[in-house]
Amino acid sequence: MDMLEFVVPELDFRAILPQIILAITALTVLLTGVFSREKKGPAIGFLSLAGVALSFSAVVFSGSQTVSSFSGMLTNDSFARFISMIVCVVALLTILISINYRKISPAINSGEYYCLLLFAALGMMFMGSAGNLLMVFVALETMSISIYALAGFQKQREKSIESALKYFLLGAFASGFLLYGFALVYGATGTMDIVKIGRFLNDHPLVVHSPLLLGGVALMTVGFGFKVAMFPFHMWTPDVYEGAPTSVTAFMATGVKAAAFAALIRVFYVALGSLQVDMTQIMWVIALLTMTVGNVVAIAQSNIKRMLAYSSIAHAGYLLVGFVAGGELAISGMLFYLLGYAFMNLGAFGVIALLAKKDGEYTELSDFAGLGFKYPAMGLVMAVFMFSMAGIPPTAGFMGKFYIFTAAINSGFIWLAIFGVINSVISIYYYLRVIVTMYFKEPEQDIVMLTPTGAIILALVIAAAGVLFMGILPSSVLDIARNSTTLIM
Amino acid sequence: MLTNYIPVLVMILVGVAFGVFSVVVSSNLGPLRRFKVKKEPYECGMKTQGATYVQTPIKYYVVALLFLVFDLECVFMYPWAVHYKKLGLFGFVEMMVFIAILFVCYLYVWKKGALEWE
Repeated sequence: MDMLEFVVPELDFRAILPQIILAITALTVLLTGVFSREKKGPAIGFLSLAGVALSFSAVVFSGSQTVSSFSGMLTNDSFARFISMIVCVVALLTILISINYRKISPAINSGEYYCLLLFAALGMMFMGSAGNLLMVFVALETMSISIYALAGFQKQREKSIESALKYFLLGAFASGFLLYGFALVYGATGTMDIVKIGRFLNDHPLVVHSPLLLGGVALMTVGFGFKVAMFPFHMWTPDVYEGAPTSVTAFMATGVKAAAFAALIRVFYVALGSLQVDMTQIMWVIALLTMTVGNVVAIAQSNIKRMLAYSSIAHAGYLLVGFVAGGELAISGMLFYLLGYAFMNLGAFGVIALLAKKDGEYTELSDFAGLGFKYPAMGLVMAVFMFSMAGIPPTAGFMGKFYIFTAAINSGFIWLAIFGVINSVISIYYYLRVIVTMYFKEPEQDIVMLTPTGAIILALVIAAAGVLFMGILPSSVLDIARNSTTLIM
Repeated sequence: MLTNYIPVLVMILVGVAFGVFSVVVSSNLGPLRRFKVKKEPYECGMKTQGATYVQTPIKYYVVALLFLVFDLECVFMYPWAVHYKKLGLFGFVEMMVFIAILFVCYLYVWKKGALEWE
């Protein structure tokens, strides 16, 4: 019976206060959804908004100490807190977009929708702070399963169902790869704890190149690569992004990417730091291909949601450049980029969500013709988001790319940085095409009437302000990102 | 280190040998009589009737799913109950939190009408 001795783990509930708040809000929202008579009002949305705001303040005021709690299952370091902040920002803006989007798609205005959204955010937060491979997996599944369901929320739209099914089947497959990879790494090192794996590999250099460990690392790369839309595993992105409700697409493109990159950084830098030299040689090529494929294929797209899907692949490529570069500067650059990307992408999808109507979504590029002059404010913010994605100063996208490419050059990856810049130049073509269509093309059909509400206006203003603030005064955010690169080793 | 696995190997070999042995022996020694009942999927038991393509109400699916969820709740309770005294107040509170979360789900399911058959 000795082996079954149960030890109560050390518990620190303050360490997971933001997550507890999110979970309680999610359950409350679920019950409010079924018990309230008022089905059309935005009350549920505002309730979830309050929960996320509370959770955000819990993250901000949780201090700056670095603690490992729940027997090493969770590591609350400044890195995890930064990721939690990104997740809160993403959830906040997504809820604001959804409150407006409910008019187009009434199914979205339900307790289930917001409950799943909050649980997905919860999973993302746990991914950022997971200190154990098992915890990474559980958090990843919490996030993914919620999002599979969210993608298919417009049950009447065939594309939405297709998107959910494709994402679910491929995502489950990728999760299997990831889990099998974890199992092999566990077999090679004898522990699931990320920090302990790192120490074990430091002490046993012979294990580092054992086939068992390398096989595990390869499978893990596949699993994570799927979630961040890395080059050979990016095929699902356009279909899923196009079919999912626009508010969900915005959430997927930003939140999932931030969470998956967080787990990728922690697992590969802390646990597999000994393999970094070998990894960079492979990731170098993958980063280059991810950027190039994303940008080149995006040129050919006429549907703006598909275009943004390919652009999100390209952005994953830029982030991988940072991943290859490694080191403190690169991590802070990636964190900066993830936050900036969250602002600009949520903003762009917010504008697309604003264009949607009951009879369908206006996502063709030609639907944007003439919009710039009819709705100058909307045209202006969309232009800001597109400039930022293309990496034109003074926007967050420019500063993010600047930091990442600087880190790449400092680490000696000059060619990769050059290819990154070339890719940015390619991307300018299709980002500017949106702006050109908005301002210089004559509309072929009637211009879509926009009916913005306070919520979406607030979302777009926050996103645009975030993009410009991070572009004009980047040092304030970068300082926080710099202080967030300490991972528990 | 690999020698530790020899009992497992022996076990596998014995298992395979036993399976092969019984099939070969019974097919060689046993009398072969072919008639209609022999070909049915369930030789003993109730008589089969009708085609297999019978429509089942989709409600069964929901019931089965709910059963699974609340059944698993019990699975978590067994180890908790075994160590109940040792876990003390902490264990009690933790389990109550778990049950409270499931109770929220129960309320949701109830209010959603998933428990009503009609």
